[in-house]
Amino acid sequence: MTEPLISLRHLSKFFTMDRDLLGRTTSVLKAVDDLSLDIYPGETFGLVGESGCGKTTVGKLLVDLYTPSAGEILYQGVDLAKLRPAERRRYCRDIQLIFQDPYASLNPRMTVGDIIAEPIRVNRLQPVEKIDDRVGYLLNAVGLSANYRNRFPHEFSGGQRQRVGIARSLAMEPKLIVCDEPVSALDVSIQAQVLNLLDDLSEEFGLTYLFIAHGLNVVKHISDRVGVMYLGRLVEVASKRELYSNPLHPYTKALLSAIPVTNPALRTERILLEGDVSSPIDPKPGCRFASRCYARSGCAGCACDTEMPELVEVSPGHFVSCYLHPGA
Amino acid sequence: MSEWNQSSLDEVPTMGSESQKADETFAMGIALPDGEIPVPDYDETLHEKPENQWLEMWRSLRANRAALVSLIFIVFLVLVAILGPYLTPYNPIETDMSSALQTPSAQHWFGTDQLGMDIFSRVIAGTRVSLTVGLLAVSIALTTGIILGAIAGYAGGWVDTVIMRVMDMMLAIPSILLAITLMAALGKGIDKAVIAIGLVSIPEYARIVRGNILSIKENDYIAAAHVVGLSDARIIFRHVLPNALSVIIVRATLGISSAILDTAALGFLGLGVQPPQPEWGDMLGRARGFIFQAPHTLLYPGMAITATVLAFNLLGDGLRDALDPRARIK
Repeated sequence: MTEPLISLRHLSKFFTMDRDLLGRTTSVLKAVDDLSLDIYPGETFGLVGESGCGKTTVGKLLVDLYTPSAGEILYQGVDLAKLRPAERRRYCRDIQLIFQDPYASLNPRMTVGDIIAEPIRVNRLQPVEKIDDRVGYLLNAVGLSANYRNRFPHEFSGGQRQRVGIARSLAMEPKLIVCDEPVSALDVSIQAQVLNLLDDLSEEFGLTYLFIAHGLNVVKHISDRVGVMYLGRLVEVASKRELYSNPLHPYTKALLSAIPVTNPALRTERILLEGDVSSPIDPKPGCRFASRCYARSGCAGCACDTEMPELVEVSPGHFVSCYLHPGA
Repeated sequence: MSEWNQSSLDEVPTMGSESQKADETFAMGIALPDGEIPVPDYDETLHEKPENQWLEMWRSLRANRAALVSLIFIVFLVLVAILGPYLTPYNPIETDMSSALQTPSAQHWFGTDQLGMDIFSRVIAGTRVSLTVGLLAVSIALTTGIILGAIAGYAGGWVDTVIMRVMDMMLAIPSILLAITLMAALGKGIDKAVIAIGLVSIPEYARIVRGNILSIKENDYIAAAHVVGLSDARIIFRHVLPNALSVIIVRATLGISSAILDTAALGFLGLGVQPPQPEWGDMLGRARGFIFQAPHTLLYPGMAITATVLAFNLLGDGLRDALDPRARIK
């Protein structure tokens, strides 16, 4: 087994919602709660969950936009939180982020060339005289003409802007790219192009992806392994093939049934979740999914309501956090 | 490109089917072609020509009649200020008691004041003082205000609280009163007036810059700048402030008019320019005893102040409209 490129160990991020008069925290939003995850070099790990489940927070923790409340992020075995700022910056260079909204992620006052050149210049990744060539090369690599460098972001379409964002990430010569729903803001016809581009780039540049998405359909195309998140916790992790053919967690099953199927003969019963998503603010004990779970047969006061199920390996590489599937 | 879309739409396998194809296909109703990524040919003509934002601003400013007239008037004022000494028919500080308080005539277009000085010459000479004071005071306020506002907005937390509470305290005192107090401490003189007016208008700029930075720094491109390892100073000056620039320009334009007004007020109170140097507010202050006897002594300097302040206000309003895409006249 190869060493993981990045390991999240009991990673948590809490946001204080309310304080009492003495400044003590009285209400906490648990965006990410005790999440452990390994990502191996060269793979694409799909992280899926509905809005507000903390998947974007995981991405922002990885690129040092947030500081973890607890737990550690091990990059090539080194705990990023324990490094001095200068060293951390050097490591953090290797982890880049592609943003969800290509309209908000490019500075409207800078030309595309400057947007891509700036990280190279500031981090001295290339000798000054080679920066121009590098920008042209990167623009070509993401399928844009090098002549576009003098244009401003507003002159581009959403898909083209996202390509610029990808080029900016590549400029940092990263090892891991966190893709935070990189196609969800794009037209469906453009989504496929951008996904294919990401796929090709991973081979060309030897990239590892953490691919964040809100539905299983996009992730299916690009991922090697998939993790399903629900309210700040991982509920199931498996290889793509295993997860799609043998989903174990009730929430994963519900997500899978929500993928639209074009062939009427193959349509299956849609699992509609009832009830509201419980709030990540001051969560109740027990399984986070318990209030909406359709699989547990009305057990009042059973383990689902009192204690959080652990993420256990039920078959090689297939982890699930559910009392219906106790460790094999 | 249309080929693969058409042909594979019919046979998109479902998630339920375990065929190999299911993995290859992306079950959103789109199938993906094998091999090369489809990079669309971008038709250059489809895209708008690179549009310079300043050009765009100028275009919409031009459509605003009042702002355009104001701009022309301001350019005229600037020329008058620069060429002042060559335009004055009389020496503006030369007294001639034999011809005091004359009404406008062919010799003295705007008449003469209580000391027999030519009002037309003094109004022209006063232009330079008013514009210089306005610009310098705004520059002081703007530079300090931008730095304080940027630090407060970007850093947040207690830094923000301390800076902004001090600004609030300054705003709680009427600005002209604060300026007079400062003048009392600094002493009389036009240079002191510039400093006093500059200092009292810092809070306005600090507030507007802070407010803008608070909203700009939430943008993803600021997060992106952090991710690619840029320093805070670089992010503020290269990414945050340029995006707040348009608002700052508008505010500065409007600020010039209030600085000119404040200068005139200080001059009126005898705290600004020292006689016999001509200054519009000082002229008003000294002539106010003759308001019934010789109203023209107040009329012309008063008109100069009003016209200048109005021009800067109208230009500022025009710039604000020109920079607000929603209000843009297409």
